[in-house]
Amino acid sequence: MDFDFLGETFVRLLSGIPLTLELAFSSVGLGIVLAVALALMLRARFLPLGWFADAFVFVFRGTPLLVQLFLIYYGLGQFRPELQEMGLWWFFRAPYYCALLALTLNTAAYGAEIVRGGLQSVPAGQIEAARAFGMSGFTLYRRIVAPIALRQALPAYGNEIILMIKATSLASTITIMEVTGLAHKLISETFRSFEVFFAAGAIYLIVNFAVTRLIWLAEHRIAPDLTLAERTAELH
Amino acid sequence: MKLIRLTAIAGAVLAVCFSIGDASAQNRKIKVATEGAYAPWNFVNSAGKLEGFELDLGAELCKRAKLDCEFVAQDWDGIMPSLLAKKYDAIMAGMNITPKRMETINFTAPYAAGPHGFLILKSSSLAKMPGGEYSLTKDLAGAEKAIEELKPFLKGKVLGAQVSTTNLNWAEKYFKGVVEIREYKTTEQHDLDLAAGRVDAVVVAHSAAKATMDSAVGKDMAIGGPAFSGGILGLGVAVGIRKEDNDLKAAFDAAVKSAIADGTIKTLSMKWFKIDMTPKS
Amino acid sequence: MPAKSFLELMQWGPQGWLDEMFFATGLTLAVAVTGFLFGLAFGTIAAIAKLSRWRPAELAADGYTTVLRGVPDLLVIYLFYFGGSSITTSIGHMFGATGFVGLPGFFVGTLAIGIVSGAYQTEVIRGAFLAVPPGEIDAARAFGMSGLGLLRRIIGPQVLRYGLPGMGNIWQLVLKESALVAVVGLSLTLPELRLGDLVVFYETRFSDLLRQAHVAAGSTRQPFVFYITAVAFYLVLTTGSTWLFRRAEAWATRGMRRV
Repeated sequence: MDFDFLGETFVRLLSGIPLTLELAFSSVGLGIVLAVALALMLRARFLPLGWFADAFVFVFRGTPLLVQLFLIYYGLGQFRPELQEMGLWWFFRAPYYCALLALTLNTAAYGAEIVRGGLQSVPAGQIEAARAFGMSGFTLYRRIVAPIALRQALPAYGNEIILMIKATSLASTITIMEVTGLAHKLISETFRSFEVFFAAGAIYLIVNFAVTRLIWLAEHRIAPDLTLAERTAELH
Repeated sequence: MKLIRLTAIAGAVLAVCFSIGDASAQNRKIKVATEGAYAPWNFVNSAGKLEGFELDLGAELCKRAKLDCEFVAQDWDGIMPSLLAKKYDAIMAGMNITPKRMETINFTAPYAAGPHGFLILKSSSLAKMPGGEYSLTKDLAGAEKAIEELKPFLKGKVLGAQVSTTNLNWAEKYFKGVVEIREYKTTEQHDLDLAAGRVDAVVVAHSAAKATMDSAVGKDMAIGGPAFSGGILGLGVAVGIRKEDNDLKAAFDAAVKSAIADGTIKTLSMKWFKIDMTPKS
Repeated sequence: MPAKSFLELMQWGPQGWLDEMFFATGLTLAVAVTGFLFGLAFGTIAAIAKLSRWRPAELAADGYTTVLRGVPDLLVIYLFYFGGSSITTSIGHMFGATGFVGLPGFFVGTLAIGIVSGAYQTEVIRGAFLAVPPGEIDAARAFGMSGLGLLRRIIGPQVLRYGLPGMGNIWQLVLKESALVAVVGLSLTLPELRLGDLVVFYETRFSDLLRQAHVAAGSTRQPFVFYITAVAFYLVLTTGSTWLFRRAEAWATRGMRRV
């Protein structure tokens, strides 16, 4: 292996990290909001809302992210006049927003299931007890349901963040030059797939390791009574 | 029929096996790679078959060189590595001769040559770019002066080009910092983005640009600005061959020469490009 | 060339793309099944290594799962696509072959998917094995069972039972991941098949579903139609296989006490 080339490659790929992280964190952040909305819709008594949420989760979990990305980017690109009329074209014109949209919708569908699992884990007795104390509606959610569900959902969500960091690599297929996009360009210029893979792989591993640690710290603050071992077991 | 096909698929899946390739050209049986996404040079029709100028010409060249050729489709970004890895023996994929590529592979005599330029939307402000014809080989100073004159028009615009092409190299050399450059895996993808207005212009060979303009997606497109050729845009389209394959190079060289001499290339070029793309020596 | 309607584009036969999309779905399924089976092989080996209590094997298996689960799958596909032939050539040379050792593109692509999915399957297999109550193994030993008999009658069925739900999830993952081969254009060319004078099968090149949608979109310049069709076909595949896995789970847990 040529270490000079490896070092050069590593440095060139580093410049893609901000874009990778930006895409991952923005999509997870926006995705959580959407996921909570979807999870509440799934529990709604008004059936059409539940059907919509069901269909959304079914389609986005049942098809590859790459297909969703191409459908949004190339597929909707075909409808420029219509989108322009609706005043949405500025959004779909930018590859970055298309990638962000695809990633957000995708993670929202998976997140909805995580949040639903968290909500289901809230013991019925706790809710009954709270009701007996006169709590209801928003207060019940804020003080009882949300904290318990959040604690339960956090480890799974930590996993989702790592999956999304990996998923941002697909954005490179629609001209976005994040780490994988830069790696692809370097390979097709130099034909040295090993070194480039080595450098890019190392970058992702380092980033993922750092993010995993941060998530552990966050969990520890939110749920200090869960032992580290328990949390590790849940992550696997 | 359906069942037989499916059974055959299943059979082929099970029959995954190592194949030890024979690299020498002595047996006169070779594989030729093309991209299959670069109309009218080479593309896939709705029957799923490869078609185009280079498929017709390739068959003709192979006949003259007494080669038994099989055409295979290969993505553009992997087309040189796979030649080096001996997945096939020759490339005919609208590939231009450049000094940079010559460091890695060899080329035969060129079988076609044509100018490059911008493909734009008719409605775009870039339609006002001045025209003209420039050679980066014969008159570099003149060509670079023309490029300077384009910069005010292009400032702040988005340009698209296919990855690892002379078009991309040219755009990066002369317009970096002036425009945003986006790289695409195939020309079809940047054509779709031009039609959608995501890029303001794409840098392409005029031959490919005209094919796009004739298709459904290109009805609002036009060629804008001057035509450029030579220099880092390449010294003509030729068959790409591994450096050590001198026999194959000699066989193809002779075939290309005779196809130019007897007008075969002109005929095929008129058929596919509607203009004569025979290289001028 | 005027734009064609959806039905015109989606005809069966040389005029339309429906037959191509249909066979491409077949190739996607073939890629996923082959990739999953490769993954099962890698996963089993790595799970055995992790359970072996032999430090070097454990470390190697840990390294494998950590790296492959931490690196984007697309990057692994690129490694195999661009470097695949040099890997196989050097492996071939270790075993005494000379010259170029090539592999069909199909093999290289499915191997890449297998190596990625194997990293996920390792944990499922390991977990399922650990879920088998050690007391039952002791009991079987006391009855004189050992080796293959023990594996076939006690461990095997239970690993299958505990592992199936996890495997179902990974299968879904692999099915969706198979779309990534579209980026590097994996295809499978089947040769012409003749019986006497009868052509049973013309030589045909198959692409996977997403790639086929991509090619058709490029050729007709109507991407929306083809990507939405691909979405529908993928949904059929994932829904169909979810149903199959449910049936398999019901079969594997038959006779089990429900608590």
